[in-house]
Amino acid sequence: MPDYTSDEIMTVVAARQLANGCVCFVGIGLPSAAANLARLTHAPDIVLIYESGTIGSRPEVLPLSIGDGELAETALTVVSVPEMFRYWLQGGRIDVGFLAAAQLDRFGNINTTIVGDDYAHPKVRLPGAGGASEIATSAGEVFVMLRQSARAFVAKLDFTTSIGYAEGGDSRARFGIPGKGPTRVITDLGILTPDPRSRELTLTGIHPGVTVDQVRAATGWALRVADTLEITKPPAAAELSSLRDLHARTKRAHGEVAA
Amino acid sequence: MAKLTSLADAVATQIHDGDTIAMEGFTHLIPVAAGHEVIRQKKRDLTVIRMTPDLVYDQLIGMGCVKKLIFSWGGNPGVGSLHRFRDAIENGWPHPIEFEEHGHAAMASAYAAGASGLPFAVLRGYLGSDLPKHNLKIRTIECPFTGEILAAVPAIRPDVAVIHAQKADRAGNVLLWGIVGVQKEAVLAAKRSIVTVEEIVDDLGAPPNAVVLPSWVVGSVCCVPRGAAPSYAHGYYARDNAFYKRWDGIARDRETFGAWMRCNVIETGDFDEYEARIRAHADA
Repeated sequence: MPDYTSDEIMTVVAARQLANGCVCFVGIGLPSAAANLARLTHAPDIVLIYESGTIGSRPEVLPLSIGDGELAETALTVVSVPEMFRYWLQGGRIDVGFLAAAQLDRFGNINTTIVGDDYAHPKVRLPGAGGASEIATSAGEVFVMLRQSARAFVAKLDFTTSIGYAEGGDSRARFGIPGKGPTRVITDLGILTPDPRSRELTLTGIHPGVTVDQVRAATGWALRVADTLEITKPPAAAELSSLRDLHARTKRAHGEVAA
Repeated sequence: MAKLTSLADAVATQIHDGDTIAMEGFTHLIPVAAGHEVIRQKKRDLTVIRMTPDLVYDQLIGMGCVKKLIFSWGGNPGVGSLHRFRDAIENGWPHPIEFEEHGHAAMASAYAAGASGLPFAVLRGYLGSDLPKHNLKIRTIECPFTGEILAAVPAIRPDVAVIHAQKADRAGNVLLWGIVGVQKEAVLAAKRSIVTVEEIVDDLGAPPNAVVLPSWVVGSVCCVPRGAAPSYAHGYYARDNAFYKRWDGIARDRETFGAWMRCNVIETGDFDEYEARIRAHADA
């Protein structure tokens, strides 16, 4: 048995994707944990930007929301939300947009809007786009992070909230989209990257102890697998302890304020 | 000029059934006390606007105040669903509501357009998204200089903007800081406004370039300490993340929700009494 959980290796591997010094627009939840782990380990000069307007946040604990006080108090500066979306995101200042997803298809298109086939009367109403529909197009590139299951990795999205590679090939280009799109998808089972020509997400990395059959079973389409599959380096002791300390600090901070 | 008044008086005189209201706050400085007063006064048929409808919008929807919701992200951040919002859209409870859905970039720009006195906002947005297929107010416009096709959305022009801020002075000038969201734009876009504040001071002490709303663009100013709780007021109190987690259990069930609202909001006279009751429950 490994000495780490599948969520832990996902977060550690996702953190490793972020280069030191890059400017990252951080989605809430899983991406926020990974982006802050990167900052606390190999990428101390990473610039974390949250859509609430905080630029250069260095939170001690993970925020529960996208606008916790911790993000503002530790930021280099805080700008208004219209400024954030107009000058900083649309203005092309973001290297990496880091998103989560409820559903993802083989071309990296994302649904966070509804489950079901009737938009007006959905089976499950999800929160919606938030900033994601423009992060997906205006960020230099996009990383996506989510747990892999056949329910989330679907053959056909119920709704396209945020565009990936559209129908594949160069079909994204016809929308006049400035950003490159989802260049990697990090899951609890491995890493998927788009095929250079078809843009179909292909399994190129797999976590230690995970089998290709397991990944196929957790994917709702016939998954393409790279000829040479890279096996992820397991989390190092320093990465794990940083992540666990971060989660422990966060737990204490979120529990300590009584109503 | 802003009128310093009680919150009950401000809501009674400024908000009418059928109005379009933007109660803004981006995680920070959410006008919770004002939302409760709208619920206590049983306002109906409201069109409510908010980029990030959260707990207080869940309460307004569940208590039947809302006819239509205009929004860009409806959830309990970091926790999960807004159950009353979902129940209204999925099952039409307590009655069906209309909704108009955007993304954050468009709504932020639509507020700025409203504040600017423009009819619409333009942005490079919604590329490849399905949202424009369902929200027919999302349209396109060709740039007259480059020919680029861009998204256009109508300006937001609420009847009333409702926000919470840290301070006002005795003349009704308002100062806010920290995560300031779209509150300045919302007030400047609206015909009328209500601002609740943590405290009223002799001198605002606002540095140049601070977010200040001069008295002459503000309608009512009401002193409601802790009026943004369980969200937070930077420099005054922290976000009560534990309560956001508890809300999930309270709002999940229609009856539990109704009982909670009756006990803590309907049967309390004001926000002080509400907070005392919430604290008593938490200690019990």
